[in-house]
Amino acid sequence: MAANPMTQFEVYRIGPEIKVGAFDISFTNASLFMVISSLAILIIFNLGSKKNSILPNKIQLLAELSYSFVSKMISDTAGSKAKPYFSFIFSLFMFVLFCNMFGMIPYTFTVTSHIIVTFILAAFIFIGVTVVGFIKHGFGYLKLFVPSGVPIVLLPLIVVIEIISYLSRPISLSVRLFANMMAGHTMMKVFGGFVVSLGIVGGWLPLSFSVALTGLEILVAFLQAYVFAILTCIYLNDALNLHH
Amino acid sequence: MFKKIFLYSLITNFFFTKKIFAAESGGMPQLDPEFWISQIFWLVLTFGMLYIVLSKLILPKISANLELRKSQIQENIEAAEKQRESSEAKLKEFDGIILKSKVEAKNIFKDAREKVIKNINSKKEILDKQIDDEIKKAEVEIDTLRQSAPEKINKIAVVTSAEILKKLIGAEVNNSSISAIVDDLVKKNGDKYYGH
Repeated sequence: MAANPMTQFEVYRIGPEIKVGAFDISFTNASLFMVISSLAILIIFNLGSKKNSILPNKIQLLAELSYSFVSKMISDTAGSKAKPYFSFIFSLFMFVLFCNMFGMIPYTFTVTSHIIVTFILAAFIFIGVTVVGFIKHGFGYLKLFVPSGVPIVLLPLIVVIEIISYLSRPISLSVRLFANMMAGHTMMKVFGGFVVSLGIVGGWLPLSFSVALTGLEILVAFLQAYVFAILTCIYLNDALNLHH
Repeated sequence: MFKKIFLYSLITNFFFTKKIFAAESGGMPQLDPEFWISQIFWLVLTFGMLYIVLSKLILPKISANLELRKSQIQENIEAAEKQRESSEAKLKEFDGIILKSKVEAKNIFKDAREKVIKNINSKKEILDKQIDDEIKKAEVEIDTLRQSAPEKINKIAVVTSAEILKKLIGAEVNNSSISAIVDDLVKKNGDKYYGH
């Protein structure tokens, strides 16, 4: 019995150690589930786009509903200018969603429960959005930090706050996903441990909690992927349509 | 029996929970940088591949499928609309034909009626004329009869008076003297006799 609820987050090597220079890029269980998630996405959407019938079959319907869902999400939050970034946001949403969902299967590894993974994703989004903003608006993008209609006296303070909030975006984005996934899985593990330790007499209560938590965690897995994608859209909206 | 199991489980429970909390001091594996580079590398690799394949191969296909379906449905709707319009036009045409034939029938009926009325009228006129003629003829006849009646009556009166006198007195009386008397009477009382 793995009694420690944190052992499920341990990364270990699968196969030989691979080193490029000083960097260890060995294939690990985290890598395995990244590959599995990506392949699952590719297989499902490939099957869903292969045949085009007027009345779509189940997998085609799934693919097309996901497509319209993400498409609507982007056009609602970032407008029509965000269309070129559709593929990226779609991939991002699906990747996070599938990683979260695969983590819900017992004995699997949750890729998104690692801060380094979510942080790299968030940092890439942050840098990408900033670059897009500067390309679209030049130095005018800095107006983002100067909200209109603010009294001159308050302006220095507001600008500092805006800059801090802008710079903390990648941290909040990555920590939100990572903490949600980690907390949920830890909680499930703890309740699972209680089921074992309380045995056949007292174990029913934590078991029922565990069942309820599984449902909640599936919801959280979807919700966090959605939040991650929609926040990306909102940041993109700031960069594309400068409102301030 | 149950009490025993419960007690036993409580005791074992205590041991297990001790074990759980004892093992927790390991900390978060997430903060161990040993595999960070590996995770970054594999994340970039898998996500990059996913992005490239999705954006270059799969998403355009789904988008094309959706567009195609949309246009197909649109086309079908348009075709249906066209057919509806044509059927509506046909219906209108049909209605027009019915209306026209109704008007025609009405006209024919009217014409026939007029003809018949005219016919009747003309016949009636002819008949009226004939009847009028007959009446006039009869009137003329009656008039002539009436005009000739006093004379005849006078004559009859003269002759009968002569006959009566002959029978009564056996003498022949001159007709002219009788007629003079009759004429005289007629002149005196003619109005009474003939109603003039």
